[in-house]
Formats: sequence, structure tokens, C-alpha cells
Amino acid sequence: MGTHNLEELFQQKIDKEVKIEPKDWMPEAYRKTNLRQISQHAHSEIVGMLPEGNWISRAPSLKRKAILIAKVQDEAGHGLYLYAAAETLGQSREQMINDLHSGKAKYSSIFNYPTLTWADMGAIGWLVDGAAIMNQVMLTRTSYGPYARAMVRICKEESFHQRQGFETLLVLSKGSKEQRAMCQDAINRWWWPALMMFGPRDSESTNSDMSMKWKIKRKTNDELRQQFVDMIAEQVKLLGMTLPDPALRWNEARKHYDFGEINWDEFWQVVKGNGPCNKQRLDARRKAWEEGAWVREAAQAHANKQRTRTKAA
Amino acid sequence: MLHFIKKLYYGDIPDASSGAAPSSNQQQPVTDWPLWEVFIRSKQGLDHKHVGSLHATDAQMAIENARDVYTRRQEGVSIWVVESKYITASNPAEAGELYEPAADKVYRHPTFYDLPDEVKHM
Repeated sequence: MGTHNLEELFQQKIDKEVKIEPKDWMPEAYRKTNLRQISQHAHSEIVGMLPEGNWISRAPSLKRKAILIAKVQDEAGHGLYLYAAAETLGQSREQMINDLHSGKAKYSSIFNYPTLTWADMGAIGWLVDGAAIMNQVMLTRTSYGPYARAMVRICKEESFHQRQGFETLLVLSKGSKEQRAMCQDAINRWWWPALMMFGPRDSESTNSDMSMKWKIKRKTNDELRQQFVDMIAEQVKLLGMTLPDPALRWNEARKHYDFGEINWDEFWQVVKGNGPCNKQRLDARRKAWEEGAWVREAAQAHANKQRTRTKAA
Repeated sequence: MLHFIKKLYYGDIPDASSGAAPSSNQQQPVTDWPLWEVFIRSKQGLDHKHVGSLHATDAQMAIENARDVYTRRQEGVSIWVVESKYITASNPAEAGELYEPAADKVYRHPTFYDLPDEVKHM
């Protein structure tokens, strides 16, 4: 059977909504695209722990601290599910970690923005996790089985993240004048970067696209972004806050919110590594990896010793 | 690398643009810990079900990590772990030989048999 034939059979399976599993034949570009996207997604979960980790020791109460720890622990778990899904495509965990630390592999640009106040923990949960959920809900139906299954698991847990974020802001929005100002300031700083999470506009490219044909993705960036804006523009009213976009208004004809233009220059600058915290994030990752080396070695040595003892006995 | 993929979707960051300065101190390669498959019994009386995989140095660590990763919200009451290398999987390319012979044996299903409506409890 020729490759052409295999590709046809592969496409037929995709069209019939049959999931692709690790040992099934797949086009090399399908494997590589999935590997790249899943590993980037995994890295995003792992690096995403850093901006929030910054506030664990500064959380305003024991309750908030426990919630934040639980959330950060979830992110670590999400990273693990995704690394495991990526490994089914034939890359070792170690290689992926090395690629992240060398700067070769990418992660979501949103985590290259600083977390300046406690209100940022709320804004991240509401806006950043909210944007991520739009993408992740879509990905529960992605064509690669292990990725889709990881997404189902992640979506179940992610809802808690968004709700606790909104609630954090809700409490601040009912607080003192300073707390309300802090809440608005966090929304102002996170709104545009959250919109950038959806990636370049659809009109950026006119080329035929395989991600859709292979059902790795099922919605375009602009579709997801619009869905997000429509949702948040309503929710922000409940906080008594505003979104920092003078062009934001309901369009009765479109039945959607119109919104202003994203600063695409900033978007590409951050993607290219010139964001406020790119270096800090990777330095923190490398430091954690290097300082944990002795723990990994000790665990391996312990396991080896146990094995030798079991054999000797 | 991927001349097929011209459009950048959510979370799909192009390889061409670099995330950060290359690291000067590249890690010394160490071997990944063995991979384990994790099975969880969600409640007493139900089967253990495959939930995912993780790396661990030994079975004890695999169980402990599985608890932290897969049962944070009371998803399980029992955990099995088995090193992935001990699992033998059927080959998808042989699916035809393996499963098609069952396709024309409809008489194995109860609905194959047409019985009068008067027959009760069958």
C-alpha cells in the first residue's frame, strides 16, 4: 500500500470522526504538528505556575493560600498529562524539558507578563484561564486520542480555576476604594494580553490549512476570540468594572461585541522573546531544574539500591 | 519544518521566532525514569480503568505520584501501576484479521432471534 493510499485512509478516518491513536499510521506532518502543539501546551502549563507561585507566600488569607496552592498543583498535573500525551508521539520527556530550557521550545506568551498585585491572581483565573478554556474545550474534540483525553481531564479541573479567579475579583470589587482600584488595574493590564492568547488574526494567512482538515483544530483564532469577548464583556458588568477598550460595544446586526485592534507589534515582540519576563521565567525554570538534580539522582540511587537488595534476598 | 501548516492557531507558536536567548549551560543528558501506566478504581465494585502515565524510579514512587496526579479530587479508591514496557498491544494494522471475523456472526446477539410477542421474560 502506497503512502498516498495510507493518507487517503487516514483522512477518511478523520472525516468519520474516528480518533487517531499512537500506533496508527499518520502523516509525518500530523505527528510533528501534534507533537509541537502538545509540548508547547505542556510547557505553558509548567511555566504558568511561575507567575502564580509568586503570590503563594503573599496570599491575603490562609483560605486564599490553600486555593492558590491547589490551583498551581493542578497546573503541574496538567503539564504532566500533556507531556505524557506528547511522549506517545515519540519524543522523550527529557528532550522536551531540554528544549524548553534551551529556549528552542515555546510556551504561551501570556506568562511573560508580570504579576504585580494580588488582584492579578483573580484576573489570571478569570481572563487567562478563561481564554485557555475556550481553546481547551474545543480541543476535547481534537482528532489525536491522547490529546483529546488529556483535554477532557484538564477541562474538568479548569473550571475551578476560572471561578475562583472571578470570585477573587468579585470580593475586591466590593471592597475598599483601593481594592476596587487594584481590581480595575489588574483587568486593564491583563485584558489585551488575554486577547493576544488567541493568536494572529485569521486574515493573516490565505493558505490552505491542514490543522482544520485534520481536525487538530476546529475553530479559528478569530472565532474563539469573539466567543471570549462576548462572554467577558457581559461578565465584567457583574464586577462593576470596565474593559480597557473604548471601541468595545454591542453590534446588534452581528449579534456580537465589536472590539478594538490588538497591538500586534507587542504580540510579536513578546513571542520573539522580548516580553517583560521572558528571561526571568526561563531562568526560574532552569534554576528549579538544576537545584532539583540531586533529588532526582537520590531517587534513582534509592531505587537501584532497593532493586539490588531485592535480588540479593 | 512544516510546510503544510501555514496558519497559526491558538497556542501554535511558530518555530521561526525565538522564545529566549539560548541557554549556555545545556543539561547533561540523563536517562528518563521508567514510564508507568496508571489504572484507577473510581469506587469499590468497579473495574480499574486506565487514566494515564507517568515517570517514576520504582513502583512505590509510581503509586505515590499517581495519587498526587490522578486522585486529587477523590477520583479513586485503588491504584494499579505497571511499567509500560510490560504491556503488549495489538497491532492496529492487524485490526482486520482480528476483529472482522466477528462482524458476520450476528447470530451471537440475542436480537437475531425472532420470537412471538407472547413469549415473556426472555
